[in-house]
Amino acid sequence: MKTVSSFALTFFVSGVFLALPARPLHAQTDCLSCHGDPTMQDAGGHSIGVDAGKFHASVHGSLACTNCHADIKGYPHPDQPAAVQCETCHADEAAGLSGSVHAKAGEQSPQGTPNACLTCHGNQHEIVPKTNPNSPVYPLNIPKTCGACHANADMAKRYGLNNVYATYIDSIHGFAIGREGLLVAANCTSCHGSHKILSHSDPQSSTYRTNIPGTCGTCHVGINEQYQQGVHGKAVAAGNKDAPVCTDCHTAHGILEPTSADFRMQSTPVCGNCHRDKFSTYRDTFHSQLGLLGGYVETARCWDCHEAHDVLPASDPSSPIAKANLVKTCGRCHAGANASFVEYQPHANARNRRLNPALYYIRLFMNLLLASVLTFFLLHTFLWLVRSRFQQVKNKPAGGKNA
Amino acid sequence: MPEPVESVIQPEEAIQPEETDAAAAGPEAKGRYFLRFTLGQRYLHAVLFTTFLVLAATGLTMRFSGSVWAIRTARLVDGFGTILFFHKFCALVLTLAFLIHVREIVARGIFKREKGIFWGPTSMVANWKDVKDLFGHMRWFLGLGPKPEFERYAYWEKFDYWAVFWGMVVIGFSGYAMWFAPFFARFLPGWALNAALVIHSEEGLLAILFIFSIHFVNTHLRPDSFPMDMVIFTGRESEEEFKSRRPEEYQRMQSEGKSATRITDAPPHWLINFSRVVGFTAILIGLTLLILTLSAYIAG
Repeated sequence: MKTVSSFALTFFVSGVFLALPARPLHAQTDCLSCHGDPTMQDAGGHSIGVDAGKFHASVHGSLACTNCHADIKGYPHPDQPAAVQCETCHADEAAGLSGSVHAKAGEQSPQGTPNACLTCHGNQHEIVPKTNPNSPVYPLNIPKTCGACHANADMAKRYGLNNVYATYIDSIHGFAIGREGLLVAANCTSCHGSHKILSHSDPQSSTYRTNIPGTCGTCHVGINEQYQQGVHGKAVAAGNKDAPVCTDCHTAHGILEPTSADFRMQSTPVCGNCHRDKFSTYRDTFHSQLGLLGGYVETARCWDCHEAHDVLPASDPSSPIAKANLVKTCGRCHAGANASFVEYQPHANARNRRLNPALYYIRLFMNLLLASVLTFFLLHTFLWLVRSRFQQVKNKPAGGKNA
Repeated sequence: MPEPVESVIQPEEAIQPEETDAAAAGPEAKGRYFLRFTLGQRYLHAVLFTTFLVLAATGLTMRFSGSVWAIRTARLVDGFGTILFFHKFCALVLTLAFLIHVREIVARGIFKREKGIFWGPTSMVANWKDVKDLFGHMRWFLGLGPKPEFERYAYWEKFDYWAVFWGMVVIGFSGYAMWFAPFFARFLPGWALNAALVIHSEEGLLAILFIFSIHFVNTHLRPDSFPMDMVIFTGRESEEEFKSRRPEEYQRMQSEGKSATRITDAPPHWLINFSRVVGFTAILIGLTLLILTLSAYIAG
């Protein structure tokens, strides 16, 4: 036991001594003798002071100043030292950033981007790891960090972006991050990546249409598996760009709790964008008529019968709308549903004689009844009115009220 | 609800002066007044039009649920659940009133074999005179003949009655089929539930359009009655009104020597004022609903 600890002690002490010559303590001390004054400014009025304590606590605290400010060899040094190149060490991140939308935006920016890294990572001398709650890129801080620019209406307008920050913050993800402090909830970088953020029109982008299921599926593994088995997932996998991906129904930033009234109210027309005939016949049924009014969101929406993610055609025996499964599917809401009950047609079209002859003729009869009764009596009433008025005027000198 | 069953069909027997508000026999009450509708009949009409207005308002909101006013209304009353609650509640009340009425017809017409329920001049059942009156009335509209002399119930009044009667059966049955769909599916095919909505909404629309345009004008707004025929609210009409509106019934009363049994006191002031408020409110609501219906139709 004693041997082991004395060995460890020897190892530790010699390690300290071996490391010491490499430690740039004296270099930092030399620089900080001037720059340690946090109020120090250059001729142009920019702050060139460094908070020594924060610098030592930062992820770069063990580096010598000259590791980054490599052009400074001694003192006195030039008034305008060269810009620090983060990519000297962070080559992958810099390469990603240089191909990203932010690099392009930086080129277009009137101010340019002096050091794009710092926009997100904060003060260059105080950078802490992203696992540190003080880091601007700590998961819970990311929306605010991105929002510094992306919540800015002017900047959104200048780059033709949607002002998504407010939408995101009120979404289920934004709520989880902002109010509940849920580290695993999706923040901006979960979907967009961090350095190599690409436009959603770029096929390489994680937010490119056909990549979206994979991107959301990073967290929502089970749902993605279901989705991939359904007709929509298969269509997307087969390259059909019209087939819906996650964001078509759930939106990208303003994602709502799918059981919430607001979500149930807003999402049916989304299916109707493609399934127009089904949507229009659905609109004729009481499911839709009642559902449209809100306050009673339980009425069946598309996905209540068809499933949301593994949508399957009625011909598939595992589909909820396969004939054999209808009693169970309808029975989710309608207790006591039987084989006759499920013959109800949730997409019946009373205007189509070929598909729904009985309904067609019933509607025709009712319409004829309505039209003939109203026509006859409107005419009858109109003639009566005219005649009574005529009679009344004629009788007026006699003063009789009744014709 | 006081005695809604009494004499819903016929006022000709069992006439007691019900409102002993003798103060009403003021100076304007000169001349004789005749009872046209019993208290029971007036209650029946009141229940009918009150529930009908609520059923129409809630039903239209559901029928035209995509329209701006429907969505606003729904938001105002905290959503569809409230609307359906009132729809179903009034449906139950109206069903009850309908059953009481049918029970009385059956009791008096079939069990007591009372004359005048199913045939004769006092019956609601259409007869040959109604056909002659219809054509005669239309000839009069065009100035081709004299005005027909109407009996107790004119042909358009009988039509109103049977339209409501048929409407309640059809709308009621289709409505209950949707309300208790799994139960009705035990003996109806599934597509009947599709048909139920088509029938319920079309027949409902017909009732709404008919009542709020044709019934209102025929009964209340036409020059002879303008602005409102109070007889359904007060139950009474003056001898002059009686004679000019339904001369044949008046003659029959005289010749049968029954007119004395129908004589009653003048309608009290409070009843007239109350009837005006209620009647105009109903007409106003009805016309509003009519405009909303038409606007929803036009907007598609």
